[in-house]
Amino acid sequence: MEERDFDIIVVGSGCAGAVAAYVAASAGKSVLVVERGNYAGAKNMTGGRIYSHSLKKVFPDFEQSAPLERKITHERIAMMDPESEMTIDFTSKELGEEGKDSYSVLRGPFDQWLAEQAENAGAEYICGIPVEELLKDESGAVYGIKAGEDEITAHVTIVADGVNSLLSERSLGNPRPKANEMAVGIKEVFELPAGQIEDRFLTPEGEGAAMLFVGDCTHGNVGGGFLYTNKDSISLGLVATISTAADASNPVPVYQMLEDFKNHPAVAPIIRGAKMVEHSGHMVPEGGYNMVPTYTFDGALIAGEAAGLCMNMGYQVRGMDFAVASGQFAGEAAVAAIDAEDVSVAGLASYKQKMEGSFVIQDLETFKLWPATMEKWDRMFTDYPVMIKEIFNAMFSVDGKPQEHLKKRMMPIIKKRGMFSLLKEVKGALKAL
Amino acid sequence: MSDIAKITVNVDEAIAVDKYNVDEENAHIELVDDPDMEEFKKLVRVCPAALYKIDEDGKPTFDYAGCLECGTCRIACGDTIIKKWDMPQPTMGVEYRFG
Repeated sequence: MEERDFDIIVVGSGCAGAVAAYVAASAGKSVLVVERGNYAGAKNMTGGRIYSHSLKKVFPDFEQSAPLERKITHERIAMMDPESEMTIDFTSKELGEEGKDSYSVLRGPFDQWLAEQAENAGAEYICGIPVEELLKDESGAVYGIKAGEDEITAHVTIVADGVNSLLSERSLGNPRPKANEMAVGIKEVFELPAGQIEDRFLTPEGEGAAMLFVGDCTHGNVGGGFLYTNKDSISLGLVATISTAADASNPVPVYQMLEDFKNHPAVAPIIRGAKMVEHSGHMVPEGGYNMVPTYTFDGALIAGEAAGLCMNMGYQVRGMDFAVASGQFAGEAAVAAIDAEDVSVAGLASYKQKMEGSFVIQDLETFKLWPATMEKWDRMFTDYPVMIKEIFNAMFSVDGKPQEHLKKRMMPIIKKRGMFSLLKEVKGALKAL
Repeated sequence: MSDIAKITVNVDEAIAVDKYNVDEENAHIELVDDPDMEEFKKLVRVCPAALYKIDEDGKPTFDYAGCLECGTCRIACGDTIIKKWDMPQPTMGVEYRFG
């Protein structure tokens, strides 16, 4: 093979990029990571929680040194209309078991830890420089990057520049994700002492809760609210599908949605007295399997959110575990291709095989009908939370008038919506889930 | 702004707690001249930093300085009224401490 400056260049030091760099450097390859933030994590944001199974495979002892916020042992799902909220709070030992455990994280500290692992394994870092384009030869094969005035060459370039991947679109020719395949995420971090967090969420010391909201948090638009407890802060925000939030039928800008969400009678007490220390925004790829672009090229691989690897199931959101696994596979595939002296698409094919042979592509494929189902399930975001309110008001409120049997109180609430159409909708959704 | 709801939050104050290295010389996002107002209102609705506003005279205003670099406006209007969307120049832009 021709002489190159590095064996491998990784663009972006998030979960995918840093892990790819760590894997490749650990295998003895010369690796350069180019990160546009002044430090890893400076441009990144998560809700967020990481399911640890894929991280464990790369870093078996990650619990000992990674800046994890809290082990999530309480799962909460909430439905809200403007004046009510119904929450399910589930906790069990299994949620915290090794291999199934998940953790709230903040990407500032977390990504710096990941970058440190890559650097300790021998990867070189340049921070504060965005990569503008990929270098390509006459045949279109990628052989490095252009950043400012500098051209740096490598046998394999791993593109892990995140959800807003300009390189995937502009240098590799993938289509721009559509507005109905992407959501906008908006989040604020609120400082709160650890003890107060544990009291407010009824969690054991050091453990935490994850919470997803549907309904009025997005004022009935497709999307939802989220809350994650960190060590001594709370991440609170919402996600709204861009096409529907941008539509003229939605009068409320997403930042006003967040403001109204924070002022909701069931949410305001959670952050009462807490100081807001960061306001952030980030996109979320929500199109699932159907939006995954071509991710193997002559001389280049795409990993992580840049490849659309994310799943929003409504009751569960995953992304970072996909990013870590794809980073690992990309790193391994790049190493194998260089060793075999073939970095063409064919030489890098083990990346695709590993992706398709694992949960990464298989989970996305299993749930490929869900994004479109969710997008069309208007009532989940509008009327169902109202119905839930009516049901529980009918059940719990007492005004001293002689009471009807429970069934008699419930049936009108269900009937006015049509029992059949309700069952049909739920059945349809369950098929996609 | 009849089809935009009443705004009760001051997002400028919210993003004031964020850390930025603002590049006064270079706008990394540019709009076309005289943007279509229906398209512009999409950006008013989706930008998490509220950088796209309609002033009291009904005129569109945009300031890239508080950009969170999420790319939402590029996805919403990259084919219509967003003329340029690049990453900020080296070392510039938002710097998340929490993320």
